[in-house]
Amino acid sequence: MAKLDLNRVPMPRQIPKISGKNFNEVALGYSLEQAQEEASRCILCPRRPCVGGCPVEIDIPGFIQAIRDGDMPEAVRILKNKNALPGICGRVCPQETQCEVVCVLDKKGAPIAIGRLERFVADWERANMPSANSSPVSPRPTGKRVAVVGSGPAGLTAAADLAKLGHSVTIFEALHVAGGVLMYGIPEFRLPEEIVQAEVDYVASLGVKIELDSVVGKLMTIDELLGNGYDAVFLGTGAGLPMFMNIPGENLNGIYSANEFLTRVNLMKAYQFSEYDTPVKVGKRVAVIGGGNVAMDSARCALRLGADEVYIVYRRSEAEMSARREEVENAQEEGIQFKLLTNPKQFLGDEQNQVVGMECYEMELGEPDESGRRRPVVKAGSEFVIEVDVVVVALGTTPNPLIAQTTHGLETTRRGTVVADEEVGKTMKGKVWAGGDIVTGAATVISAMGAGKHAAADINKYLGG
Amino acid sequence: MPGIHLFKVAAPSVAKKARPGQFVVVRIDETGERIPLTIADWDEKEGSVTIVFMEVGTTTARLALLGEGDSMANFVGPLGLPTHIERFGTVVCVAGGVGVAPIAPIARELKEAGNKIISILGARSQNLLFWEDKLRSVSDQLIVTTDDGSYGRKGLVTEPLKELLASGEKIAQVVAIGPSIMMKFCAETTQPFGVKTMVSLNSIMVDGTGMCGCCRISVGGLTKFACVDGPDFDGHQVDWDLLIARQRIYLDEEKRSFEQWRGQSGSCA
Ligand SMILES: Cc1cc2nc3c(=O)[nH]c(=O)nc-3n(C[C@H](O)[C@H](O)[C@H](O)COP(=O)(O)OP(=O)(O)OC[C@H]3O[C@@H](n4cnc5c(N)ncnc54)[C@H](O)[C@@H]3O)c2cc1C
Ligand code: FES
Repeated sequence: MAKLDLNRVPMPRQIPKISGKNFNEVALGYSLEQAQEEASRCILCPRRPCVGGCPVEIDIPGFIQAIRDGDMPEAVRILKNKNALPGICGRVCPQETQCEVVCVLDKKGAPIAIGRLERFVADWERANMPSANSSPVSPRPTGKRVAVVGSGPAGLTAAADLAKLGHSVTIFEALHVAGGVLMYGIPEFRLPEEIVQAEVDYVASLGVKIELDSVVGKLMTIDELLGNGYDAVFLGTGAGLPMFMNIPGENLNGIYSANEFLTRVNLMKAYQFSEYDTPVKVGKRVAVIGGGNVAMDSARCALRLGADEVYIVYRRSEAEMSARREEVENAQEEGIQFKLLTNPKQFLGDEQNQVVGMECYEMELGEPDESGRRRPVVKAGSEFVIEVDVVVVALGTTPNPLIAQTTHGLETTRRGTVVADEEVGKTMKGKVWAGGDIVTGAATVISAMGAGKHAAADINKYLGG
Repeated sequence: MPGIHLFKVAAPSVAKKARPGQFVVVRIDETGERIPLTIADWDEKEGSVTIVFMEVGTTTARLALLGEGDSMANFVGPLGLPTHIERFGTVVCVAGGVGVAPIAPIARELKEAGNKIISILGARSQNLLFWEDKLRSVSDQLIVTTDDGSYGRKGLVTEPLKELLASGEKIAQVVAIGPSIMMKFCAETTQPFGVKTMVSLNSIMVDGTGMCGCCRISVGGLTKFACVDGPDFDGHQVDWDLLIARQRIYLDEEKRSFEQWRGQSGSCA
């Protein structure tokens, strides 16, 4: 066997000075040669820990072997067997805490770049296999109808799996496009719309009907769906309700929730204002409050919209940030300034109700809290003011209460999440399953997909499949 | 009528569920923005929903160019909580400008619920008045005002409102819908009389489903989302200055976009 190569093949990417100024994808993806070179680092160990690390149990060594053999259609087949949305997962999954962290090479050097390889296979398929070829043969119709509410990764995955089993599936989506957070939240430079659209089209090609502009709870209730011929319902409505801080001045002009800011920029294309009609404010100085992926995405959008200075304001230290390491690095390289151990006390406005400043406390880390991270505590008398033109509050989201309020017998927790069986997503209400952020609170794309998958299998069992 | 348009939109599923006080979010086409418009009427049998709007910017001006048989990209609804309808007694419905459109179905249902309806319909001038007959048909009494005196009584809607309140007739509730400033003054007029005054707030919205917080307002000192907690609120509790300031966030952008659109379309809307 050849000597172990402990370094990954680097992925080509835009240089930060340039990437910070455009909305094009930052990471550019491997070429076939690069992918094969990276794949050849895999020692194809018999224990296959990576498969166990993957929430949807992709046969990772299997598709890596196929890449090595140059048999790309086989790589596609293996990947799609477990994951209907590989182009998305290859880009946004936290592989560093899932499949890659358990790779045996991780102990000696860099683990196999599984995410990059997954992305490569998905992109190869899009470029080389017209969608007709990759759609499986139509299954025999079961005559059962399933309504899927929400078209994020949980809903798309559940819908795809149920359609492949022969059930007639309709997705109801509140917004004017399908894709959920993948479309309205995660920006173009990290996950191009075209990729998400291709995956949505794939799901539609399986025979899934997608009804847009349909707010369930308003246009129809879950009980009405069940009364109108649907045999089962899957709820994948995510965690779409933005949290604010409840501190003085929060309703000043120029203060956005991350959901609003990202929706304006990504979904409504405010970054092409004048061609598109939806505006967004940016100004010279933008402060983004929070330390997760959503905060990093908001900050990098603000930078691309032309802000001179963009700050991440976070009350703990960098080590506690929940954002992926890679996203933090991307943000830093592009010039985002990190104001750590800093927490807003109040927002200051002018007579036009426009935010002009943010009074903050300095924080220090105390004892660990229930999340295991050290609790930030206010340093007495440490208040100082940061001048800002725009503030984006990226402190998390909870499920929108609309569905729970309009559905009899659906139990929710204090956090507003829907109570559902951890394994299969069955809720307390008959014929209704749920999965993704609506059950877990804001989490990850892949966990939402895993939940959609498990629920689809259980729904199929219930429907007599 | 100058700048005011009425559309009947084929939207059977929305028509089936619409209730007074609710609204829709529309987007004209791929490049359009999402704007909320109150539902003015609906016909379940015909499968239609009526919207009324005034041309105030790019989106409404572009919308105004649509004609019979044209379609818009998106029409989402019915959104928001319906107006609370109950037998209160005597209800005064105050409509300012295009506010007559949303108030008409509310007055109708309040009337059907057994209330005595006194309506006040106001506009800047006679040529901006519409649906007078429609409102009259569901009112026990109708007072019309124009700012310039070109029709009906000269003056603002708050004047007859104040007289009614002072007249000694027991008024159980006031419903006021129109421009924010008019609703604010109606609420100020009724406050000393202690008569509950419901208003329908038209904050800027994006999704209209509680997802963005763009529509947030302050009511009784608490932040509310107009799209899901409203649009109806107790006018005495609303922080009007905040609402009005937040409605002006994009004035510059709206102006720029409108001028550019006018330049491109070559029209002189
Ligand atoms: C900015 C941002 C960046 C992120 N980055 C990452 C990342 O890098 N990696 C990662 O793994 N995860 C990331 N996440 C988290 C991830 O996107 C979510 O965990 C995942 O999308 C949840 O999927 P879901 O299907 O449960 O819900 P969602 O994706 O939220 O989809 C829910 C859908 O349901 C629709 N809906 C809601 N209510 C109704 C209703 N009443 N009727 C009809 N439709 C309704 C919504 O419009 C939406 O389309 C990010 C999230 C955000 C916001
Ligand atoms: S319009 Fe987005 S939350 Fe109300």
